[in-house]
Amino acid sequence: MAPSFDHLRDEDLDEDDFDMDEVDISDLREKYEVQLDEGYDTFVVIDGLPVVNEDQKPKLVKFLLKKLATVGKTREDMIYMPLGDDGMSLRFAFVEYSSPAEAAAAVRQLDLVALDKKHTLRVNKLTDVDRYGREGRVEEEYTPPKIDEFQEKEHLRSFMADPSGRGRDQFVMFRGETVGVFWNNEKDQPENIVDRQQWTETFVQWSPFGTYLTSVHAQGVLLWGGPSWARLKRFAHPFVNLVAFSPGEKYIVTWSNRPIAIPDSGHPVLSLDDDGKNYIIWDIETCKPLRSFAQLDTPAGPVDDEGVKKAPKVSWPAFKWSADDKYVARLNPGASISIYELPRMNLMDKTAVKIEGVVDFEWAPATPRRDGVKTYEQLLCFWAPEVGSNPARVGLMSVPSKQIVRSLNLFSVSDAKLHWQSDASYLCVKVDRHSKSKKSQATTLEIFRVREKGVPIEVVDTIKDTVINFAWEPKGDRFVIITTTEVPGAAVAPKTAVAFFCPEKAKGNAIGNFKHLRTLDKKNSNGIYWSPKGRFVCIATVHNQQSSDLEFFDVDFEGEKPEGEKDMTANLQLMNIGEHYGMTDVEWDPSGRYIATWASAWKHSAENGYHLYDFRGEPLREEAIEKFKQWAWRPRPATLLSKEEQKQIRKNLRDYSRVFEVEDAERISSADVAVVEHRRRLLEEWHAWRAAMDEELAEERADLGLVADPVAELLKAKQAEIAPDGAEEQVIEEIMEEVLEETEEIVN
Amino acid sequence: MRPILLSGHERALTQIKYNREGDLLFSVSKDQIICVWFAHNGERLGTYRGHQGAIWTIDVDPTSTILASGSADNTIRLWDIKTGKCLKTWDFPTAVKRVEFNEDGTKLLGVTEKRMGHLGTIVVLDVKIDVEAEQDDEKVMTIVCEESKATVAGWSYLSKYIIAGHEDGSVSQYDGKTGDLIYNISIHELNNQLTDLQWSQDRTYFITASKDKTAKLVSAKDLEVMKTYPSDTPLNSATITPKKDFVILGGGQAAMDVTTTSARQGKFEARFYHKIFEDEIGRVRGHFGPLNTVAADPTGKSYASGGEDGYVRIHHFDKGYYDFMYEVERERQNKLSAA
Repeated sequence: MAPSFDHLRDEDLDEDDFDMDEVDISDLREKYEVQLDEGYDTFVVIDGLPVVNEDQKPKLVKFLLKKLATVGKTREDMIYMPLGDDGMSLRFAFVEYSSPAEAAAAVRQLDLVALDKKHTLRVNKLTDVDRYGREGRVEEEYTPPKIDEFQEKEHLRSFMADPSGRGRDQFVMFRGETVGVFWNNEKDQPENIVDRQQWTETFVQWSPFGTYLTSVHAQGVLLWGGPSWARLKRFAHPFVNLVAFSPGEKYIVTWSNRPIAIPDSGHPVLSLDDDGKNYIIWDIETCKPLRSFAQLDTPAGPVDDEGVKKAPKVSWPAFKWSADDKYVARLNPGASISIYELPRMNLMDKTAVKIEGVVDFEWAPATPRRDGVKTYEQLLCFWAPEVGSNPARVGLMSVPSKQIVRSLNLFSVSDAKLHWQSDASYLCVKVDRHSKSKKSQATTLEIFRVREKGVPIEVVDTIKDTVINFAWEPKGDRFVIITTTEVPGAAVAPKTAVAFFCPEKAKGNAIGNFKHLRTLDKKNSNGIYWSPKGRFVCIATVHNQQSSDLEFFDVDFEGEKPEGEKDMTANLQLMNIGEHYGMTDVEWDPSGRYIATWASAWKHSAENGYHLYDFRGEPLREEAIEKFKQWAWRPRPATLLSKEEQKQIRKNLRDYSRVFEVEDAERISSADVAVVEHRRRLLEEWHAWRAAMDEELAEERADLGLVADPVAELLKAKQAEIAPDGAEEQVIEEIMEEVLEETEEIVN
Repeated sequence: MRPILLSGHERALTQIKYNREGDLLFSVSKDQIICVWFAHNGERLGTYRGHQGAIWTIDVDPTSTILASGSADNTIRLWDIKTGKCLKTWDFPTAVKRVEFNEDGTKLLGVTEKRMGHLGTIVVLDVKIDVEAEQDDEKVMTIVCEESKATVAGWSYLSKYIIAGHEDGSVSQYDGKTGDLIYNISIHELNNQLTDLQWSQDRTYFITASKDKTAKLVSAKDLEVMKTYPSDTPLNSATITPKKDFVILGGGQAAMDVTTTSARQGKFEARFYHKIFEDEIGRVRGHFGPLNTVAADPTGKSYASGGEDGYVRIHHFDKGYYDFMYEVERERQNKLSAA
């Protein structure tokens, strides 16, 4: 029977035996205590204030209020600044805002802000002070952080040692949803090293020395490498879109078009400071963010014909690195260049370099060696367009001195592009000029000879048409341009001309003036791809529906030189032509021995796949792969051999090549033998099967009592029916003419 | 030699067939007409008119006396080859997708479509190779395909088995007399239908073509896949060449996508593969639509292809074709001739 009030016995009321207060529930209370909204959420504590007395206090409060009011609503009487027993303030104050959100904003924006030269504000939430600062929450005693036992890592450069001993290069292929890394096997099927499904979400990328393979995910960027292809590094930048490495592989920049939103629960590596930022610069070794940046408010794009504002273009890479990883710089369009020093990521000299109207800048790709300059420097060049009657300006700046080494004033400039030669020996500024009527376009090339005393500038102004592409020979002093007479951006891809330039022969070690070598007309070409070792260049037509030509040139041809080009430092020779329908990209391998072209499914879906050529343009291999997206050769770090050792190798090249040729021949012949052997076996198996089948069929036919050839009987019967006596057999004559020989004689 | 272009059809070709002597070529198309051509010069000998729907299939008996055709008008018809007269019409509830005579021309099988509540079937009819004779009305046998409908079928050696290819990519072996299912094996990718099935001359093995972009050489006795020929386009037809150990595959991007693709991307080429080594040897261009059907001359002199573009192209082989040989083949030939 359930107890009810009517028959409640005394025993049921024995609550005296049970004392609530005796039960120790402090542990539970601690664990489950609800964070009550104590009403203190709108309060912040400000530390770091100057010490004032009663009289000075209102002045300080007023001054402080100005700062505090920038982030939210507060009043003079909502600032409480307690005074100590001696009548002096205690260097802190409590401030109440009108909402918790404003208090949070104050913490975010005002913390570490300088009040004046001597005082820096520290702003914390009152609730945080309570939560973290309460006695017992912070260990009184110092315990040293635990340092993990040293564990040997995999050798990240092991890929340099080809197990086959042939010094092959690796490449990564991204097709369908699968990413695979392969050894290049020339004509044969590439040898797979690792193949993984869904290794990346958008694309893959190698680090500059080939140490890491980058994969991109919604959660951030991962770096992979070593012989086991393990995950080595992790950069948690949510919704990352693009990735760029510093040239020395020390730092990485990640960018997302979505500003970072740090959730209330916090983020494993990013802090509240990173909230609202788009770029993060990370240290690769430690995987720690060094500094984050918000996107600059780019001036809204020009209004196009329909009156719709174009989305502002994101220029990538936004952060450009000096050749030695010591500086990274970002352009503030039209105003300045911010140069940051690494590894601290502080703004150099605490201020951006002001350059009126600056449009673009480029670092020298190598640490320059200028004539007569002994001190350390990095160079960067920039250009700014004409403003009113002031000329356009191209400048060469030395960093860290911020000294302008050379500057050049130009008029009637509609656009300029900066092209450094890979050793930073030359800088070519391609200047598009317009006439006074702003109509006709012409291009001049202003070439800075960086290594020569005083940085002389040479002008190439023999070009009549618009230059759409320019490329220096890596490590060399020759260049190729592609020009067109038509306006770029027209519906039909314009006809182009490819022109080669090289210096004239000069006395001693001097380098002569740049002279036009040859022009090839009536092309569709739009891409220039120099071998990374120089000398060979591939001119290609990419992203073109109609034509997809490839032309392979040697600029140091060892054969006969044309008479008119005797005093040139180049001898141009077309070695080969090729075609790869629908190709979208071209890339040389790091050794300059092979060149890959591919048609990516990112651009179009017709005939996706790749072709492989050797440096002479001999086709080696082609493969059509559905949903082929990306190919990337694995870069190699710079050689460890000294100049002398390299020279020695070059001298004895014949001896080395003899060994390799023998090896190659052996490998090919053994492969051929295997193929022939395999075919012979297939052929034998087939004929054995046929013989067995024929026999079985004949037996079965005999068993069934059928004639050997049923159709022959039928035909005989039919023949008899058509011509019973066999006399009327019709003879059909067919005249066959065959041409045995054809000779052509020319009669005078 | 230059190919001969036969432009007698107004719509897409569906099947072409040589007679046993290789002098005549029969072609059917969606334009409801059967044409017969001289294979050696491409002259049209005549037409057979009467069908009232697209004609899907055709076969000729081994003595080149009568012709069987199957059509979307739900009939199989027999024709006198010489006169063009329609000898017999069998009616079915649905369209007929494939007909084939057995090796001595006494039996004819027909594959009917699955539609309007009717399951796909394979029917067998008795046929007399005689233009004067009265043909039987009754079906000798009906095999109902309950699992996946048959798209193609044919008679093996000795009429021992009926081999059928299905919509789900499998092939079945039925007993030729009782119609009992013996095996059903998936040889192509699931749900990539078989589009063609053609026999070797002695009907002990056959080649299948499928939408999964491969063709396979299969033994009739145990349905063992002996060879696979991979290509880069969905295949509509495949045939085995006599005299030389080659196979010819035809296909191209699906007809419905063709208007948006150039001839280059469409891959409208006949592809030659080595039957034993599975290597691709060469391609023949010419059609500007997918190849719906290819056929090899039983005497080995030529091959023909019929396309979605409405043309039939007859290609006579040159000397180079006969001379072409792999080193190991030559080696074997020399050994045999020496012995």
